[in-house]
Amino acid sequence: MAGPVPIAELSSICGPERVVIDHAALRTYESDGLLQYAVVPAAAVLPDTGEEVAAVVAACHRAGVPWVARGSGTGLSGGALPVEGGVVISLSRMRSILDIDLDNQRIVVEPGVTNAQISAAVGPSHFYPPDPSSQIVCSIGGNVAENSGGVHCFKYGFTTNWVVGCDVVLPDGSRATLGGEHGELDRPGYDLLGAFVGSEGTLGVATKITLRITPSPEAVRTVVAYFDTPEQAGQVVSDVVSAGVVPGAMEIMDQLAIEATEAATHAGNPVDVGALLIVELDGSESECAARFDEVVRFCEANGAIRVRIAQSNDERLLIWKARKAAFAAMGRISPNYYVQDGVIPRTRLPQVLRRIEDLGAEYGLRVANVFHAGDGNLHPLVLYDGAVPGEAERAEKLAGLIVEVCVEEGGSLTGEHGIGVDKKRYMPKMFSEADLATFQRLRCAFDPDGRVNPGKVMPTPRLCGEVPGPYRQHPLEAAGVIERL
Amino acid sequence: VKSETPSTYEDAAELLRAAAADGRSVRFRGGGTKLGWGRPIPEPDLELCTEGLNRVLEHNAGDFTAVLQAGVPLAVARERFAEAEQMLALDPPLSPWGGAGDDAAIDAVEAGATIGGIVAANDSGPLRHHYGGVRDLVVGVAVVLSDGTVARAGGKVIKNVAGYDLGKLFAGAFGTLGLIAEVTVRLHPKPARSATVVARADEVAPLAAGAAALAHAPLEADCLDLWWNAGAGAVLARFGSADPGPRLSEAAALLGKIGGLSVDADVDDEACWEAQRSAQRGDVVVKVSALPATLPAAMAATESLGGTLVARAGLGLAWIRLPAGGDAAETAAQIESLRATLAPAPCVVLDAPAEVRAALDPWGDRTGPVDLMRKVKARFDPAGVCAPGLFVGGI
Repeated sequence: MAGPVPIAELSSICGPERVVIDHAALRTYESDGLLQYAVVPAAAVLPDTGEEVAAVVAACHRAGVPWVARGSGTGLSGGALPVEGGVVISLSRMRSILDIDLDNQRIVVEPGVTNAQISAAVGPSHFYPPDPSSQIVCSIGGNVAENSGGVHCFKYGFTTNWVVGCDVVLPDGSRATLGGEHGELDRPGYDLLGAFVGSEGTLGVATKITLRITPSPEAVRTVVAYFDTPEQAGQVVSDVVSAGVVPGAMEIMDQLAIEATEAATHAGNPVDVGALLIVELDGSESECAARFDEVVRFCEANGAIRVRIAQSNDERLLIWKARKAAFAAMGRISPNYYVQDGVIPRTRLPQVLRRIEDLGAEYGLRVANVFHAGDGNLHPLVLYDGAVPGEAERAEKLAGLIVEVCVEEGGSLTGEHGIGVDKKRYMPKMFSEADLATFQRLRCAFDPDGRVNPGKVMPTPRLCGEVPGPYRQHPLEAAGVIERL
Repeated sequence: VKSETPSTYEDAAELLRAAAADGRSVRFRGGGTKLGWGRPIPEPDLELCTEGLNRVLEHNAGDFTAVLQAGVPLAVARERFAEAEQMLALDPPLSPWGGAGDDAAIDAVEAGATIGGIVAANDSGPLRHHYGGVRDLVVGVAVVLSDGTVARAGGKVIKNVAGYDLGKLFAGAFGTLGLIAEVTVRLHPKPARSATVVARADEVAPLAAGAAALAHAPLEADCLDLWWNAGAGAVLARFGSADPGPRLSEAAALLGKIGGLSVDADVDDEACWEAQRSAQRGDVVVKVSALPATLPAAMAATESLGGTLVARAGLGLAWIRLPAGGDAAETAAQIESLRATLAPAPCVVLDAPAEVRAALDPWGDRTGPVDLMRKVKARFDPAGVCAPGLFVGGI
């Protein structure tokens, strides 16, 4: 059972001014970006250093108090939802860029640094590719916890492909470096870093993060094509990829999403088309130029109503502004909305869209679709009015059915938002009991007491149980043939 | 060694469970091309061969994914994907003697490295520069644990954050956590054409400068390598696309601006990369996890030991082949001196005679947190029967 929070000890570690216990002040931490869930923690602490984080975690460990790490609180699955009676460890004060090593294409940062600050710090010659829509606000520590994606992931990969090392504080308060100590790849041993990134804050907390960066592309070309149906746009994506073209980004929005974003951003997109497709090519000037005409041809061949080519960087940014504002813009056309984050094999797009449409009709709710088309990550936005009795419940039910459709079609519950609290009940749709029990083995290796971000990811609470013996001696070991160091 | 060749995951699970129940040690075997890697351990009580798990279960050409059973030889999978003008961007050496990767030679190589073995050993080749390593290309796994559990993690789509990424945990674990029975991989378009520029020099400095220039140029090379052998070496860059010509010329021009390099953009594109791959294997090979800027030091250290080096110039990974033939103590001393010179870069002994591997710790002491690894091992293989003693820290 959770003991009382050791407030005095936390205050002696961080100073009383960085330990929040006032109920009104604690409400700042009650939710992350997913406002449907709210829990006021018993305390929030704001450490300044990795040493302080370790001391705070150790104090919680000794007191048997559960804790949840929090970055900027922009997560969309309730991953940073506090635990009742527990502590929130906010990394928002740890905002230093510790080292920039352009020679080796590495940057070392503290977890509270925002995603956008990283590219700014190494630009204009280099950049950090994963770019979640919340990049101006979201922290790299949160990105690491959630293995965040973004619109450029189809070509460049996800957070996990760019993190080369993390100093972490483990659930017992001890510290370890996972992955490279000096930015090197393939440090000998299990790839604990690979397991840690995307573990949704359940294995520990990162206090220092080393990232790879890459040269900025010489050229960027952006085109928007408008279609009668999302299926046509989807076919262009398939044609482009099959032709061996790897665009930096490919995004589809349907009519409802266009209507909402146009109201919010006035990006100049027609609101009477069925879908739009953004394709952005980046890379060397010669390669971009050669491939751009090909992309435009695919758009035309698939019945594009019109093709708009960004004529300036401002126009390009405007196009992206509309896309990146898609979630927030839903407020323009609906009092409330529910975001999903399903992934499908890209070739299943037509049938999945049809099934979503049918489900929407059945539930009497509108669904807007925003789609990272290259990697099959679909964001259906279920629109509802929370003031209408029963509609929120209906919307949630519908959203759940949509994500089940994604899994049935060979996809995933979540491409970038994480399981958190929001999707954990759907985990058995994607994973068997044996799979879930195997996940739990990893968690227990790190956190046998279950105090780190409990209640997330797994559909039902689980205890770890003892490891069967510290290590049973192998017969060869007994015979003195082998030894364990 | 008693050997079993299960043809289903359930059979593998039963064999493994029975072995664990009796405390019999187990080794997993794919193509058998890397059996000498890791700490020397006694022959296991049971060898579980993946030869019977040899089917390409899915090739979803439209989605650029494939599901492969562990025992599928990479050469076989490669041929299959090439029919759809696709590739699995993994190109490690396929055999201890380097292994041929070209289509004509596939038949000549007896099976060669399997996908399961390559993932378990985290092996890679020149394509890693652009496409990433095993950890970046495996999107899902099915594993068999020593208590008979068959479990899956990840999925069949390239983007997925549901559940823990056990594929990464098992990649490079050398079978010490359990058997990798199946992997789902991301595929890429196979470039219609590819071309290579080579710049040669007999000094390290211009080669390093050339490699750095290309690593920082926005040219998106598929491969960027170095080699160094007895006072001469080269930097090589490979470009693939429908028309790699313009980027090849740009790269050649960049290299041309650096004094002391002899630039050649008209080379045998296949042969020079085959040589790079082959040089990753040998009688004594040490893999160095350096950084791009410390590769010149690795080249100098190689020279002083009379060895040869190939490296991924943009990643900082190097494979140093040391001269064979000396006695084990001498070779071990050479390796330790290399470690001292290149510290803090981890230097892992891959190929080496058992006497050499017994004379030192092949993994070295620049490892990740061994205590935590031991806890992971204890949870996944509580009986401790999966290749005991082979791995880092004697795990």
